[in-house]
Amino acid sequence: MKKYLLPAILSAMLAACGSTGTSTDSAAGVSDAGAGVTTVTAPGMSGSGIAALTDPNNILSRRSVYFDFDSFTVRSEFTSLVDAHARFLTQNPDMRMLVQGNTDERGSREYNLALGQKRAEAVKQALLLLGASESQIESVSLGEEKSRCEEATETCFAENRRADMLYSGEF
Amino acid sequence: MTMLNKLKTLLFAGIALLSMAAHAQLAIEITGAGASRFPVAIPIFENEGALPRAVTDVVRADLERSGLFNLVDLGLVALPESVRPDLVNIRARGADAVLTGSVIAQADGRFDVRFRLFDTQRQSELGALAIRMAPAQYRNTGHRIADFVYEKLTGQAGYFSTRIAYVVKSGGRYELQVADADGMNPQTALVSREPIISPSWAPDGQRLAYVSFEAKKPVVYVHNLPTGQRNVLANFRGSNSGPTWSPDGQRLAVVLTKDGNSQLYILNSDGSGARRVTSSGGIDTEPAWSPDGEWIYFSSDRSGGAQIYRVSVNGGTAQRVTFQGTYNVSPRLSSDGKSMAYISRNEGRFQVAIMDLATRQTTVLTNSNRDESPSFAPSGRMILYATESGGRGVLSAVSSDGRIKQRLSIQASDVREPAWGPQPKF
Repeated sequence: MKKYLLPAILSAMLAACGSTGTSTDSAAGVSDAGAGVTTVTAPGMSGSGIAALTDPNNILSRRSVYFDFDSFTVRSEFTSLVDAHARFLTQNPDMRMLVQGNTDERGSREYNLALGQKRAEAVKQALLLLGASESQIESVSLGEEKSRCEEATETCFAENRRADMLYSGEF
Repeated sequence: MTMLNKLKTLLFAGIALLSMAAHAQLAIEITGAGASRFPVAIPIFENEGALPRAVTDVVRADLERSGLFNLVDLGLVALPESVRPDLVNIRARGADAVLTGSVIAQADGRFDVRFRLFDTQRQSELGALAIRMAPAQYRNTGHRIADFVYEKLTGQAGYFSTRIAYVVKSGGRYELQVADADGMNPQTALVSREPIISPSWAPDGQRLAYVSFEAKKPVVYVHNLPTGQRNVLANFRGSNSGPTWSPDGQRLAVVLTKDGNSQLYILNSDGSGARRVTSSGGIDTEPAWSPDGEWIYFSSDRSGGAQIYRVSVNGGTAQRVTFQGTYNVSPRLSSDGKSMAYISRNEGRFQVAIMDLATRQTTVLTNSNRDESPSFAPSGRMILYATESGGRGVLSAVSSDGRIKQRLSIQASDVREPAWGPQPKF
């Protein structure tokens, strides 16, 4: 404390020496600049799904690709799923897809956003290799913000290391 | 119970009552203090009963919360600003400094608050000021008086007149809020059913940039607080995030993925003129400007693990800044440009650390597990950050020497993503 205080007192004393006695500043008005805040409500969203894509007996109803810890490569067990979606996109060139990457909750939100982007981009690149067109797919990240599972357990973390494929009308 | 403790108890009770009255307000708890506190007396001001609430209550609460001062109680006696107090007597009662003041009604309904600060050891005046205010502005005035006392006694600018922004999550509802630095006067700028992250103050203290997920993907907005008008700053193909203002308020650094992985770009504050700053194969994210506007500090996985680098605003080769450990992220620079606060992972725990940029010496400032999003007060002494307590998100502040600690929490809500606003201009 002392080491902060001493220069302050010295400078204050010097200042006091310079201005003799009546050092009261002219009345400075309190400004209200920035005091006001207007509340805004963000618009809602969420479109509806497409029947063929939500039939539980159809592989296309499966939309999630899971990743290993600290990994951004599509595991081989998801090859047939990605292939099915790539074929659907090829056969429906007007269809658009949003790939949303996710991470578990550990670490920085912005850094996790970038990690989630890597996962979404990995799925997009796999879809492109299997014939889908670049203009059909946008890869984005939700980072750790939209976790499906909120417990701090390894099962939960694994559930959240995921990229989801959404079709036109679903986002 | 000593008079001093009695005063402290009264002050805390006052804060607690106010917190309950205005629900969803940040309640502040001091969890650590400076090694030695400076004893200062802030007696009531002459005629302050004419104000809606006592302005000296605000001053005392601010100074107490800073962790640097011990409030010496001189009893319920007003010491008018116009009369030189008995400094020998006040010193004998344990105060090394004393503030005197008077509240003078003006013909137009406003008040002049005049005050003087004395050093009782040297028997000298440290300075004086007068503030003209409307009655309802007693809190602003109190913060400015506390700033004055703090600056005179510590040699550093006070931060009691600043504001903070943060995000409150309760259920599926997200609110971007702005409050005074003491957690009072919380106001909601944005309500959304989708996440809001990374608020960043414009240097004018009137606008916030942030990332909102309301479009099912991260989009960067600039939001004018007084009018509520919001504009899309960056909505490129892919993700848009991490906005931070240049010190002159003309440009923003952002993270875009329009060309592949997350990379740094600089935009004009109207969203035009996107210019790429980094070109790495991996992740470059979390940009933070140096106060001189010359450098952008950021986190990157270009070497494998997450480390902090810096690059010229004109681009070029990045220089690595952190070397210890395998996860160092979220850089933020102090206003003098000498220190960098960041989050460092130590044995699985995420903690606030500080680096002296000249010597590269690093210090871990906290002992918690889930720290995120450090943000310097404009005067540089305190660092605000998000952490977890009892399974909920809370805000905490720690001094750059690690000694002073405060916790700011809202009952039953998750509070996260704090950003300390700039010094207001009066």
